[in-house]
Amino acid sequence: MRRPVRWHIGVFLAPALAIYTVVMVLPLLETLRLAFFRNVDGQAAYVGIANFARLLGEAVWSDAFWNALRNNTEFFLIHLLVMVPLAIALAALLSWPRLRGSAFYRTALFMPTMLSFVIVGFCWKLILSPLWGIAPTLLKAVHLGFLFHPWLGREESALFTLGLVSVWQWLGVPMLLSYAALIAIPGELLEAAEIDGIVGVSQFFRIRLPLLWPTVGVIAILTFVANFNSFDLIYTAQGALAGPNFSTDILGTLLYRTFFGAQLQLGDPHMGATIATMMLLIILAVVCTWLVLVQRRLVRHEF
Amino acid sequence: MNTSSLSLRAFVPALAALAAANALAAPVTLTIESWRNDDLAIWRDQILPVFEKSHPNIKVQFRPMAPTEYNAALNSKLDAGTAGDLVTCRPFDASLELFKKGRLLPLDDLKGMANFTPVARTAWSTDDGKTTFCVPMASVIHGFIYNKDAFAKAGVTPPQTTDQFFAALDKLKAAGIVPLDMGTKDGWETASMGYQNIGPAYYKGEAGRLALVAGKQKLTDPDWVQPWRVLAKWKPYLAEGFESQTYPDSQNMFTLGRAAIYPSGSWEISGFEKQASFKMGAFPPPVAKAGDKCFISDHPDIALGVNAKSAHVAEAREFAEWVASPEFATLYANALPGFFSLNKAPVTMKNPLAQEFVSWRGKCESTIRPTYQILSRGTPNLENEFWVVGSAVIAGSLTPEAASQRLQKGLDAWYHPAK
Repeated sequence: MRRPVRWHIGVFLAPALAIYTVVMVLPLLETLRLAFFRNVDGQAAYVGIANFARLLGEAVWSDAFWNALRNNTEFFLIHLLVMVPLAIALAALLSWPRLRGSAFYRTALFMPTMLSFVIVGFCWKLILSPLWGIAPTLLKAVHLGFLFHPWLGREESALFTLGLVSVWQWLGVPMLLSYAALIAIPGELLEAAEIDGIVGVSQFFRIRLPLLWPTVGVIAILTFVANFNSFDLIYTAQGALAGPNFSTDILGTLLYRTFFGAQLQLGDPHMGATIATMMLLIILAVVCTWLVLVQRRLVRHEF
Repeated sequence: MNTSSLSLRAFVPALAALAAANALAAPVTLTIESWRNDDLAIWRDQILPVFEKSHPNIKVQFRPMAPTEYNAALNSKLDAGTAGDLVTCRPFDASLELFKKGRLLPLDDLKGMANFTPVARTAWSTDDGKTTFCVPMASVIHGFIYNKDAFAKAGVTPPQTTDQFFAALDKLKAAGIVPLDMGTKDGWETASMGYQNIGPAYYKGEAGRLALVAGKQKLTDPDWVQPWRVLAKWKPYLAEGFESQTYPDSQNMFTLGRAAIYPSGSWEISGFEKQASFKMGAFPPPVAKAGDKCFISDHPDIALGVNAKSAHVAEAREFAEWVASPEFATLYANALPGFFSLNKAPVTMKNPLAQEFVSWRGKCESTIRPTYQILSRGTPNLENEFWVVGSAVIAGSLTPEAASQRLQKGLDAWYHPAK
């Protein structure tokens, strides 16, 4: 007997597929297409990989590109080295059974994630303003005014400061992921550890943390993708020129400036698409490498 | 099928006839596209009624939008043929591009064009200066606005030379007030209110600018480096934390009376008049030696063009002709103090601060911001580079010489005037 055609699968998938194609796949293909063309006397002309050669070969473009890539990597490392350990530590504290008011802390720590980046950028600009900010006032109140500097305005500190602001904003997500993983660890396992005399801090490092590694792996790669696509915080806090002196310029702001233009700079969709394509390639390469080399080797435990 | 097309055939001419009759009876309505949404009430209540009174057959509507959306929205409206009959023109390349695409009409044959000097027309003329496509409306003048009360308290008079300028800053600093009110965070202030304000005195205004455009001078020449050296000396006189000080921060600091001198331009006048509770004065950029010729940045900002696809070109040109008249110049300059008429005809202005600014035109030579014409067409964009470099020079992270070299290198990457 022939199996009936299961047409309903197609019908149910069609709307999602259609929307996904229109809002994701087509723009992506169009971006890729744009990167291989150049505007010559008002007409788009196919130029092969000339745009990529220009981006990586001409000092004017490559300096900006490498600078943005370097800053972006630094931005990611700040998240990896500050946000991830902090998130795990907070999750460990939150999952501690004797902690009172853990629901309150959980909500409070997750709150910034729900704020719009416009509000976050604006608030932190105000907090850190040397003229009317609350940060210098508070520091002066405890006689530590000398510690205050216009961090967002200095080349050496602007990116790091924004990295920490971004950590503050996004901390809630990895914290909740780690928290969920931690409370999923079965009680018998921990009881067995206790019987073996492994308690407290040592229990965290020898039992819980090893069980958490797969989650940390997912967090790391999600953070990487988010950081290499990020743009909004830098744009709201520092503007399209990602000052001072391009010290906070990341790939997202470089793409924006190139694609849409800034002040007297006219937009160049073709070079913008070239940068966007490079971003895609970088993220793709790192994610693939990560999946093949790291993520597959992490041992998952089924309870 | 047949009947419907028949009735349509009869209907269309009838409609056309009706429209024609309508046009005869009712006045033509023109619309103006603009980014000056701050000025909507002024156009509607003060400027347009005057025109409509003398031209009863034409009604005009001012239809502004947000400044940041203007360039993109105007482009697509013009492409789609839905833009208004009249268009306010941004200076230089943005409007030139529209003219080259045939979106704006050439306006050389307007009688009123004779009311404008070639310098006033530069911003809306082709590179060879032969065709002008927008009627210049207003320019803004750079200079220094100061707090008269603070000057009196510190015993300082408006400086005329660079040495006097720094002596005044020292005195103000000793008197316990922030001498210079500028931040390096946003960038454009260090370019527009810093370099392009004091610079013309060193590179000799138009002479230097045109030589730079022609490739006869370079940004690394002493005349172009010197303004950076002077700007680098501003740092000790700025407010604490100036690296994070934004443009609105600076405006607030000045109007709150916490700073003495605000390097700026005439466009601040109406806002400051509303906010500040002290007396304000203005002085032009100082010169190197007493008796030297002074130069001011008198930058064209806004003009009016005619949409080539307008259905009422004749009426739109009539309006443009009126905008070119001395009558409009007086009206506009007084409604918006700080936006100065580019008309040759002398304009009487009632605002004293605006009068002070415009009086410099008589004794100083006018020039435009050097980065606006031609030199910002490529990548890296020279104007944007000025913002970045200007902030770095004032903050002390880049030397004046390194700044000049970086700017010239960026320009050399795409601009080859000799070829």
